[in-house]
Amino acid sequence: MAEEVDIIDQVVGQEYKYGFTTNIEMETAPKGLTEDTIRFISSKKTEPEWMLEYRLKAFKYWQGLTAPSWQNFSYPAVDYQDIIYYAAPKEKITLDSLDQVDPELLKTFEKLGISLSEQKRLTGVAVDAVFDSVSIATTFKDQLKEKGIIFCSMSEAVHEHPDLVKKYLSSVVPYTDNFFAALNAAVFSDGSFVYIPKGVRCPMELSTYFRINAENTGQFERTLIIADEGSYVSYLEGCTAPMRDENQLHAAVVELVALEKAEIKYSTVQNWYPGDKNGKGGIYNFVTKRGICLGDYAKISWTQVETGSAITWKYPSCILKGDYSVGEFFSVAVTNNMQQADTGTKMIHIGKNTKSRIVSKGISAGKSHNTYRGLVKVNKKADKARNHTQCDSMLIGDRSGAHTFPYIEINNKSAMVEHEASTSKIGEDQIFYCNQRGIGTEEAIGLIVNGFCREVLNQLPMEFAVEAQKLLAVSLEGSVG
Amino acid sequence: MLEIKDLKAEIEGKKILNGINLVVKPGEVHAIMGPNGAGKSTLSAVLAGRADYAVTGGEVSFNGKDLLEMSPEDRAREGVFLAFQYPVEIPGVSTTNFLKTAINEKRKYLGLEPMEATAFLKFMREKMELMEMDKALTSRSLNEGFSGGEKKRNEVFQMAMLEPKLTIMDETDSGLDIDALRLVSAGVNKLKDGERSFVVITHYQRLLDYIVPDFVHVLYKGRIVKSGDASLAKELEAKGYDWIKAEVEQEANA
Ligand SMILES: Nc1ncnc2c1ncn2[C@@H]1O[C@H](COP(=O)(O)OP(=O)(O)OP(=O)(O)O)[C@@H](O)[C@H]1O
Ligand SMILES: [Mg+2]
Repeated sequence: MAEEVDIIDQVVGQEYKYGFTTNIEMETAPKGLTEDTIRFISSKKTEPEWMLEYRLKAFKYWQGLTAPSWQNFSYPAVDYQDIIYYAAPKEKITLDSLDQVDPELLKTFEKLGISLSEQKRLTGVAVDAVFDSVSIATTFKDQLKEKGIIFCSMSEAVHEHPDLVKKYLSSVVPYTDNFFAALNAAVFSDGSFVYIPKGVRCPMELSTYFRINAENTGQFERTLIIADEGSYVSYLEGCTAPMRDENQLHAAVVELVALEKAEIKYSTVQNWYPGDKNGKGGIYNFVTKRGICLGDYAKISWTQVETGSAITWKYPSCILKGDYSVGEFFSVAVTNNMQQADTGTKMIHIGKNTKSRIVSKGISAGKSHNTYRGLVKVNKKADKARNHTQCDSMLIGDRSGAHTFPYIEINNKSAMVEHEASTSKIGEDQIFYCNQRGIGTEEAIGLIVNGFCREVLNQLPMEFAVEAQKLLAVSLEGSVG
Repeated sequence: MLEIKDLKAEIEGKKILNGINLVVKPGEVHAIMGPNGAGKSTLSAVLAGRADYAVTGGEVSFNGKDLLEMSPEDRAREGVFLAFQYPVEIPGVSTTNFLKTAINEKRKYLGLEPMEATAFLKFMREKMELMEMDKALTSRSLNEGFSGGEKKRNEVFQMAMLEPKLTIMDETDSGLDIDALRLVSAGVNKLKDGERSFVVITHYQRLLDYIVPDFVHVLYKGRIVKSGDASLAKELEAKGYDWIKAEVEQEANA
């Protein structure tokens, strides 16, 4: 044991690879949040009146709320008047031509491994890139259009597809849902909008890449995905931010709607700046994500790999309304140094014969804390609902913490709910075994952790599974030896 | 190849190795026997670089290099292989993936390019045939749910893959059925090439019928108290350790 502590003390703190900033002229809203801020954002986006009204209603509601405090971590109170709610590159961007995009911006995304230029695009992946408050470019739009698929920024959708937006926006996460949902509804800047028509299988992965760049800025994106009857889509989001000493707020809302026999697979690789070794700086990642299986036989599957952020607080959830609908949640959450994560899911069984599955893998290193919090709720009429939950925690070193809060609420006797949990420690024996085969300690931890998360990583689209594996290894570098 | 001089080691203040002297030349097979708790596994762990043990005296040189100065992974990359008495399980990591990582880490250390996936798989197929390994085992999680015998066979298979210069086998024969014992021994014999050396820790003469040692040593209370040729193992099998213990006590009292 003495050895283990000793090893951890040799921490070499891996530098955060995405911590650079982009120097570009920005147009920002004045600091703080008043009705004027909201009018400013709305007018910048030349939004229709109904959108502004929605925002203002949400704002009024938010003003009556206080920030929640039930979570399993503490953090310094956020001063909501000290945040910039809108920041956009000054140059006017025409959304359908990359030629007019500032080359600095393109370079930023190249650096992040996201190529927006025609020649170097990831094959088989359409990308929407969001820089601070606005969407910069969406690739492969025309190809998708041929199939009737809409993949564009939220701002564009408000103009181009108002009927769909009016019908579904806020239908899964109303602004009255919680403090951050209300805040997001009031000030959301941009995000992605997806619509897959009836019977269409989206031929490529859709992906949004979020980048916070500007200082003192919050990012409040809003994503809405609608899969019409019998359609299928796989969507992935990634995110990074520069290294800054102050904490930055990210309060997104994601809504998924799956109609009859539709399937949505939503994957997240979250790598916001986690703060430094001593807990200075980093992103507060307070996100509301929820999907509803509106029709029978619909399926929603969340997969998340959470490695970044100073604090993560999110519970991607499924409302299983349609009979025979299925909800899944596969999660890997890694915390190192002073990071804190409180994450999990809610599976709400409403329809008959609904099924849900939860696989959560939490890994804590350094002095970090990692909490799984999940709710499985079976309503009165949800006959024969099934849930299986598996919750595994792994500790690295002996100064980190793992916590599990599974809540179960069952109102129907035919329900079958199973819960399995385990806590393990990366053993010195395992590390030594790897060492003895010529594998260094950092590599060994990467290998062991990836093995521990295998079930979840297998859910990710191929293109990203490899990235996620590397990310896991990198975020734990310096945690031992 | 391996030269151990007056090696002393302890754990949590408890002296376990009290001055080991041993020279292993290329191509030689040395058997180490001795009663439970004598320090056999400790010796193998100290040679492999397990940090729990504090080396309090002595020297170990491996092909002219100071072994004790090296990290455990560097010792492995230099060609020291330890077949563990109790191999650990690594859930979610296949033997294939594990060995690919291990081989490429070693190649990196030696300044070689990593082995490509196809070349690696071909190499592995060859070794699996050589060692008569079951294909199902290599795709499963490393050692997870393996039977005792399967774990031991997997250790020897890993040895075949990593082609070490010096192999230390810690009771690899314990828990093997008769057929597996034959397979494992045959595997070891196939790897003998006049250059590779083996240190075989065992309790049973039976193994030494298959893997014939050039030398047999008896370890007792952290010292090698008797050495001889293969016939010493037969004598031990017949007489047990009491006479050796008595000899040691006598010397101590003299
Ligand atoms: N962590 C430890 N703390 C205290 N004593 C230890 C520790 N590890 C080993 N020992 C002691 O060291 C002595 C030698 O152990 P070792 O495992 O080397 O014996 P061995 O010769 O391999 O025995 P066996 O034939 O039973 O495998 C034993 O008395 C054992 O109890
Ligand atoms: Mg032993």
